[in-house]
Amino acid sequence: MSAFGELLKRDVLITWREGGAVGTALGFYVMVITLLPLGIGPDLNLLQRIAPGLLWVALLLAALLSLGRLFEIDLEDGSLDVLVASSLPLEAVAVAKCLAHWLSTAVPLALLAPVLGLLLNLPLDAYGPLVLSMLIGTPAVSFIGGIGAALTLRARRGGVLLALLMLPLFVPTLIFGIETVSSAIVDSGAFGPSILILSAISLASVVLAPVAIAAALRLQVQ
Amino acid sequence: MQQAQSLTQRLANPTRFMELSATLLPWLTVAAVVLTVIGLVMGFAAPVDYQQGHTAKIMYVHVPAAWLSMAGYSLIAISSFGLLVFRHPLADVSAKAAAPIGAAFTLLCLVTGSLWGKPMWGAFWVWDPRLTSVLILFFLYIGLIALRSAIEDEALAAKLTAILALTGIVILPVIKFSVDWNSLHQPASVMRIGAPKIHPSLLWPLLVMAVGLTIAFVALHMKGMRNEILRRRVRALRSAEVQMAAGAASPLPAE
Repeated sequence: MSAFGELLKRDVLITWREGGAVGTALGFYVMVITLLPLGIGPDLNLLQRIAPGLLWVALLLAALLSLGRLFEIDLEDGSLDVLVASSLPLEAVAVAKCLAHWLSTAVPLALLAPVLGLLLNLPLDAYGPLVLSMLIGTPAVSFIGGIGAALTLRARRGGVLLALLMLPLFVPTLIFGIETVSSAIVDSGAFGPSILILSAISLASVVLAPVAIAAALRLQVQ
Repeated sequence: MQQAQSLTQRLANPTRFMELSATLLPWLTVAAVVLTVIGLVMGFAAPVDYQQGHTAKIMYVHVPAAWLSMAGYSLIAISSFGLLVFRHPLADVSAKAAAPIGAAFTLLCLVTGSLWGKPMWGAFWVWDPRLTSVLILFFLYIGLIALRSAIEDEALAAKLTAILALTGIVILPVIKFSVDWNSLHQPASVMRIGAPKIHPSLLWPLLVMAVGLTIAFVALHMKGMRNEILRRRVRALRSAEVQMAAGAASPLPAE
């Protein structure tokens, strides 16, 4: 198997076997969605209207929680130095790490979203578009978030700082993710252009973010 | 001797900047104060808007602040590029000095816009796409300042902040586009007053204010860069002193 595949497999396995890494993110997601109706009130019509927004915002927060650890473990045990010195380009390492985060954390969160949609009275038509928009949009979250993880690697209060730096950059993903679901609810089944723009944002971040991540990692290990 | 040589070499460029800015700064400061005062007086003397009354005069501060908030971020992005690509010694000093000034003008833009919005829109904050994108620009400034302050190693902090600034400038147009898009689908939140053709009696004070505040930005930026260069020199001298003291205490192996 190629070095890229090995790295990807290793990272997914570490995330799944490391106790509670994925469970914590999923649990956090459930908690946020449970608390929101308690604060907003149990009005089902209102909840239905704001459900796509709530599910997307809570997903971003849950994904951010786990992004902080993306390069931290490798820096601590020294494997980041090995990765930088290896024959695999650092950009490819960045792709493998972010892809592993997407597979191990973002996809489970996206698959949990429809279950939480039940709590918010999300209309039945919207379940398909919801999962689809999240599966298409979350690569942008993992890859853009990877830039933040690489930048804050040696920073004090890295976790909070990561959220402060990255949340403004998630605005386009958030808007078009929610727009995809909302337009599907209004116009049952029709996605409109928003899903295409969401795909474009994801694809662009998959291509461009690894360059920034690799540049940051090179500085971090010097 | 070798070390002294390399130190002067490193300071060669900033030294020239220090000399140049020392002569320019007093002139710029006077020009900024005079033009801003003239602009404010002209603004007060300008005809009162028949619909908005005196509230419209907030524009004379608001519009230049909005322009400088964007110019400031562009300056940071260009400086960051200069640091990462050309490793120019002044580029990081420029980026670091510009961040708080740009953030201050962005905040000024938001506050004046909000004060104008209360009588005009009936609310301090409306989720208009322009307001939203300026707010996000403000968050990006805060992110740059926060990242720099959170990393102890100054050289590392400079380069990582530069990467963040360049990431921001790539994503900013996308943010602007997405926020505009969002407003198309929620027209209820958008209240726009049709842009009237601006009369020269209103335009002149605005232009004078814009030039005055821009020179103020340049002067503040120059002063900030001077302070930063001086701060770095003091640090370099202190660490050299400590090294000398350490060297005297424990003699180095014979060379």
